[in-house]
Amino acid sequence: MYFKYAKKRCGKVIKSFRGGIHPNDNKRFTADKSIEIAVPPSKVIIPVRQHIGAPCSPIVAKGDLVKKGQVIANSEAFVSSPVHASMAGVVIDVAEYPHPVFGKCLSIVIENDGKDEWADGIPLVRDWEKLNGDEIKAIIKESGIVGMGGATFPTHVKLSPPKEKTIDTLIINAAECEPFLTADYRMMLEYSERILTGIKIVMKILGVQKVFIGIEDNKPDAVIAMQKAAEGTTVEVVAIPTKYPQGAEKMLIKVLTGREVPSGSLPMDVGVVVQNIGTIVAIEDAVVKGIPLIQRVTTISGSAIKEPKNLLLRIGTTFEDAIENCGGFIEKPAKIIMGGPMMGFAQSNLKIPIIKGVSGILGLSKKDINTGVQSPCIRCGKCLTVCPCGLNPSMLSILGEKDMYKEAKLEQNLFDCAECGSCVYVCPAKRNIVQYIRYSKMRNNADAAKKKEALSK
Amino acid sequence: MSEIKLNDNLFTISTSPHIRAEASISKIMWTVSLALTPAALFAIYHFGTPALFVMLAGSLSAVLFEYIVQKLRGKAITITDGSAFLTGFLLAMCLPPAIPPYMAVVGSFLAIVVAKHAMGGLGYNIFNPAHIGRAALMVSWPVAMTTWTNLSGKVDVVASATPLNILKQQGYAKLVDTFGSAPHMYKALFLGARNGSIGETSTVLLLIGGIYLIYKGYANWVVPVFMIGTVGILTWVCGPTGLFTGDPLFHMMAGGLIIGAFFMATDMVTIPMTKKGQIIFAIGAGAITVLIRLKGGYPEGVCYSILLMNAVTPLIDRFIKPIKFGAREVVKNVR
Repeated sequence: MYFKYAKKRCGKVIKSFRGGIHPNDNKRFTADKSIEIAVPPSKVIIPVRQHIGAPCSPIVAKGDLVKKGQVIANSEAFVSSPVHASMAGVVIDVAEYPHPVFGKCLSIVIENDGKDEWADGIPLVRDWEKLNGDEIKAIIKESGIVGMGGATFPTHVKLSPPKEKTIDTLIINAAECEPFLTADYRMMLEYSERILTGIKIVMKILGVQKVFIGIEDNKPDAVIAMQKAAEGTTVEVVAIPTKYPQGAEKMLIKVLTGREVPSGSLPMDVGVVVQNIGTIVAIEDAVVKGIPLIQRVTTISGSAIKEPKNLLLRIGTTFEDAIENCGGFIEKPAKIIMGGPMMGFAQSNLKIPIIKGVSGILGLSKKDINTGVQSPCIRCGKCLTVCPCGLNPSMLSILGEKDMYKEAKLEQNLFDCAECGSCVYVCPAKRNIVQYIRYSKMRNNADAAKKKEALSK
Repeated sequence: MSEIKLNDNLFTISTSPHIRAEASISKIMWTVSLALTPAALFAIYHFGTPALFVMLAGSLSAVLFEYIVQKLRGKAITITDGSAFLTGFLLAMCLPPAIPPYMAVVGSFLAIVVAKHAMGGLGYNIFNPAHIGRAALMVSWPVAMTTWTNLSGKVDVVASATPLNILKQQGYAKLVDTFGSAPHMYKALFLGARNGSIGETSTVLLLIGGIYLIYKGYANWVVPVFMIGTVGILTWVCGPTGLFTGDPLFHMMAGGLIIGAFFMATDMVTIPMTKKGQIIFAIGAGAITVLIRLKGGYPEGVCYSILLMNAVTPLIDRFIKPIKFGAREVVKNVR
């Protein structure tokens, strides 16, 4: 019923991309739960590296008093993003701590003093329409905004395409195709006006008029909410077929614009910039209210969590504290995942801090993960059918298994793999295809690095 | 890092993805066996208990051989996954009902030990094991493999030879004569009242099983449609009395084509992985079947055509690759 409704509203049947899978979306755990502001934890662990690019260096030391929103680590590099204190208090440690993506990372630990004071000049009221694009971009950079869908690429870099690239379309990625996650969905329902303001800000920076908001048609409420907010603007809300990995940048561009990003190119090569809903909300916060990126909406879900929720969490809150907000576990989880179950990172413990790119924390039980023993490939070809990148995952996994990573690169388009995991999901032989692909990529990268080193000598 | 102690709630880590679908090898194999069951039950009714003994000998000995070989190779025992059972079952379905059961055991030995495990086990065999077993028996006991006795006497119009045998030796007119009329012949072929290998006689029951497999997603519609279609078109075009005088309906239902196209040529391990490759495979298998039936020495060619196309499968897979995303130039509407 919803499906039909969404289609009717758009007036056209959207053609989907090739391949893809339909896992159980498991969004029922948290879809109807409003965003809840989490209890501030007693301390936060803030890694200096929460983005792709140059790491920041701490500019505070042990014993310093910091206020909420104050810059605590920064870098001179363009492709980098500053880090702010997400809590007022005392810096109790600057040392290496576990990190959800890099294993470990230099981090600043702040102990909550309970006052929750803002740094000077935050928040403020800014008339952003008087600012020009470069000024807004400077604010975005200073506010430490990065891609919040999980990629954590600094947003100001993404919004500064080279002059020779003409950008004519802005796409807002609201597909949220990962099972369990509902953070973007709740933001669309609850922050729809703020999202529209954020989109207008980005439109001004890029100078584009054509904007698509791509929402999977299993979230009809969000489609309606955004359509209502977008009335009278050039923003077009499109309900797109529900299929994983619909939220992959290249797939989304293909479905919404019909343009296929050439292999090895970036979305800007076809005139498109893609931004995640969470990033748009952060941009609105920063530009209109002057609030840097110190908090984010994260879905805490999974069968092992007692009371799954959508939480507004401070950056640096540990998984332990976040899960404590949801009543803890009802059973021992088989796996703890940062992000979604398809592309997220499994974590070994709960002392891991939440960083800017954490869209979800999942406590998955045994019945959620459904693993098995890997056996040889039976060449059923399921992986070829579901691969959205048009690869032969079976062959890539066999080459990885046999350590033939060079052949994988030269003959099987290894580096075109987006590691979406669709092949592993459907594999009846339970092969760890993505693991072999990552291994082959690492070996090739190591070889390339070695070659580069030899050349420079 | 000092904060983490070993007993500190450590969880399993692995690369993504962290969830998987229900599909498994054993589910696929047992479902295929299930899809063959209607035809097998009909065979017991049609040919009597000897057919049952051949099927039991074939499938159970295949499981036993799998166990022994895996034990000898020091591999994990996977006899419960149903793949060995299916191989033996399929082999027996392709044997004449009057064959001594020990020959089915020899066939299973060749299928499991030589065709499957000597190549590396499940997933590595180049040739369809069941068909290798049948081809080897054909060479070893040609008389037993081509003796078609009327076993049950339950059905009136079962000639003592298979329809394809009559066609080969006595011609098309005699064939229609044997059944009375052409519509009678089609009815016999469709329902199964004819002589032939244990599992191949009833077209309708094999179709039900095959369509069930396609519905479940364990077999591809491409291979059976293209293989049977090719046989139909070629036999119609290359008729006995000139172009376009053939009887495609007869050829599509006769012999082992239906069981071969739905259950042998869809064996995932031994056919190409891409859809395009599967179409080439199916057309090739269909064409070779027709060539053997019309011009070759044997009356039936499904077994050899599939084996020959199995041999070129690695070649097909090498040349037919999926087109990667972003390789096509569809960049349009760029200002």
